[in-house]
Amino acid sequence: MKLAQSTLAAFALAILLGGMNACKPKSAGTAVSGNAAEKVYVPPGKYDEFYNFVSGGFSGQLSVYGLPSGRLLRVIPVFSLDPEKGWGFSEETKPMLNTSHGFVPWDDLHHVNLSQTNGEIDGRWVFVNGNNTPRVARVDLKTFRTAEIIELPNSGGNHSSPFITENTEYVVAGTRFSVPMDNSNGDIPINTYKQNFKGTVSFISVDKDNGNMDIAFQIETPGVNFDLSHAGKGPSHGWFFFSCYNTEGANTLLEVNASKNDKDFIMAVNWKKAEEYLKAGKGKKVAVKYAHNKYSDETHSATSEIKREVTVLDSRELEGLCYFIPCPKSPHGCDVDPSGEYIVGSGKLAALIPVFSFTKIVKAIEDKAFEGTFGNIPVIKYEAALHGEVQKPGLGPLHTEFDGKGNAITSMFVSSELVKWNIKDLQVVDRVPTYYSVGHLMIPGGDSKKPDAKYVVAYNKITKDRYLPTGPELSQSAQLYDISGDKMQLILDFPTIGEPHYAQAVRAEKVKDNSLKLFKIEENKHPYASKGEKETKVVREGNKVHVYMTAIRSHLTPDNIEGVRLGDEVYFHVTNLEQDWDVPHGFAVKGADNGELLIMPGETTTLKWVPDRVGIFPMYCTDFCSALHQEMSGYVRVSPAGSKVPLSFSTGTNMPETDVPAGQ
Amino acid sequence: MKKLLIICSVVFTIYACGNPGEDKTSGQSGARTEVTENGNPSYDPKRGEGKFQNMELPDALDAAMAQSGKQIYEVKCASCHKLSDERLVGPGWKGVTSKHKPEWLMNFITNPDAMIDQDPELQAQLEICLVRMPNQNLTDDDARHLVEFMRQNDGIK
Repeated sequence: MKLAQSTLAAFALAILLGGMNACKPKSAGTAVSGNAAEKVYVPPGKYDEFYNFVSGGFSGQLSVYGLPSGRLLRVIPVFSLDPEKGWGFSEETKPMLNTSHGFVPWDDLHHVNLSQTNGEIDGRWVFVNGNNTPRVARVDLKTFRTAEIIELPNSGGNHSSPFITENTEYVVAGTRFSVPMDNSNGDIPINTYKQNFKGTVSFISVDKDNGNMDIAFQIETPGVNFDLSHAGKGPSHGWFFFSCYNTEGANTLLEVNASKNDKDFIMAVNWKKAEEYLKAGKGKKVAVKYAHNKYSDETHSATSEIKREVTVLDSRELEGLCYFIPCPKSPHGCDVDPSGEYIVGSGKLAALIPVFSFTKIVKAIEDKAFEGTFGNIPVIKYEAALHGEVQKPGLGPLHTEFDGKGNAITSMFVSSELVKWNIKDLQVVDRVPTYYSVGHLMIPGGDSKKPDAKYVVAYNKITKDRYLPTGPELSQSAQLYDISGDKMQLILDFPTIGEPHYAQAVRAEKVKDNSLKLFKIEENKHPYASKGEKETKVVREGNKVHVYMTAIRSHLTPDNIEGVRLGDEVYFHVTNLEQDWDVPHGFAVKGADNGELLIMPGETTTLKWVPDRVGIFPMYCTDFCSALHQEMSGYVRVSPAGSKVPLSFSTGTNMPETDVPAGQ
Repeated sequence: MKKLLIICSVVFTIYACGNPGEDKTSGQSGARTEVTENGNPSYDPKRGEGKFQNMELPDALDAAMAQSGKQIYEVKCASCHKLSDERLVGPGWKGVTSKHKPEWLMNFITNPDAMIDQDPELQAQLEICLVRMPNQNLTDDDARHLVEFMRQNDGIK
């Protein structure tokens, strides 16, 4: 009986403890439920469902993950050097990083936008922005390589970019920092911000056949900070919406001075009207300087062109071009729902989310329901544009994506959660914690007309205890949630490179079948290509030595080179003769103050090498290519300046005995 | 009672081992053994594997075709094959057209990976060369032109 009593007591205690445990908020470790592993498991040899293109933040690159596995598939170098792929190191890719400031080896890549046709992701290109030295890049999804980079003049930092219109007619770029226009005197006191500093938003046209970009026009605006933007779609196609803060015009301690106004603005731009004004000759040609860089898959080389003029439309003079809509407290995300009717402004310091109605905005403009002007631009009355507010959604709303089922999901930075709410009735329907401090979030197609809402991914700013500690610097983190049911369910964490900002995802089918396997050697138009070993040679032009080299499993041709002298610049133009998928060859030479080359099948790539001493320099293939990869190597002999050693090259033959020995 | 316990544990062990995945695996390995024992009867070492069979080539050489074949050879093949009988990376080409039927050559050129995996002679060759002949993505026409060039190299006029 005593035994029975104590058993009972233990039982009661267990219940009590269990109950107490259940009352505690779910910790990071217990927030995952039973079948999560099943949902994210992609068996070996199987493909993921989605490509997830994730900004690499301050790495300057674009990463590609598979979803739902979270496996890293590729890092595409865009704005920063990548010695692994020779990006910015090979002679062919150096022009891609040229700017009006010269060669710039790094940038801060924030935002990612997949090209669209009829408001749906078409899987052709990814556009990304360079935040620091203002640029927009286009990545070609046939090659997963950066195909084009265009610099933005009259811009102080390209943050509000590269958002696109529903047929990729335009990619936009709004300046984060207002600055004096490029053609005005910039040597002025900083505290003359309000008089002298201007904002601009640029509309970059995209050729619908080949994707080539061109700055169609810029709109000059009063000095504010443009933050983010999204294009109208469907009924609001023809309009673009930009969030802006610092309507205070502060130039110091923005943390305080740019957070004073109760409301900043969303700027609505009627870009169809801009096209009319442009046609009517209302644009001013303005002298500027910017670089436009293109990579050719035919010549396997980039070119950089410096352009010197841009057309500017003045928002203060051209009626009906721009309108300001008051938006609470320093709005960050500016997101348009799949129907094109609702515009969500996420005031990052506000305790509510305002949702504007496009129909009401149009009516307010017709009725001239303005509360005044800002910099000569009409300011629409808040209530006249407002559909409604989501009350108490959480703290620090940043970005909103849509599930296409009438709901929006907003990331809450301060309260570390995702909050799902209904667009029509503005009621919160679900919330789920993130670990920790979510910035951006992403639903595949979540900013298009047709979201593919199986998952939402949270991109978090803080990881703290999520992964094994790696010293003071920790990896950034993404978290995958299943949103196919009523409740959002956390199913996976995966680390990311750099700091992830915006990301986009698309069904694998829309991209994978167009993925190029190799470059046809017959179509190689590189001026230094060797199409076959018969065309290999070494040519001296003054102090420049051009090596026309081929690589195929498992030898380099030529692999013995003599007659190079100190003071020479040697250019190894290496052509990969392979015509099979997944057989790149690498190339490196001892002592080169340069990266390696990584040459795809059928491609020609050039490594510049300036030898710094006399001697024998080994060179070799760096990418394990075959059982005889270790044999894929050679030597270059470097003689003193003025040496009489004749220029010679060979593969598979020993040098003639009459060769001049060293030292003679 | 003790006896029952033993029976129970035996039953449990059997149950625990009787996992359907394992059955499948053992079935597969059985099938694999069978293939190894019988060789691969579906593979014809005279024809090779690919889309070409029973090719009748005219006696006389098509010089234009051979010339085109020579150009392809220089870009895509010469890195590894000499025109003599000397081995470079792969064997020299002298005599290759009398050693192999044209359909075998055409199949090997256009479908190297499948052939290397099955052809007894190519497997023996791989042990010597250690480099699998790469797929150089030749079209059917390219392959035909190459064979004509091989014929020219073997003295056909």
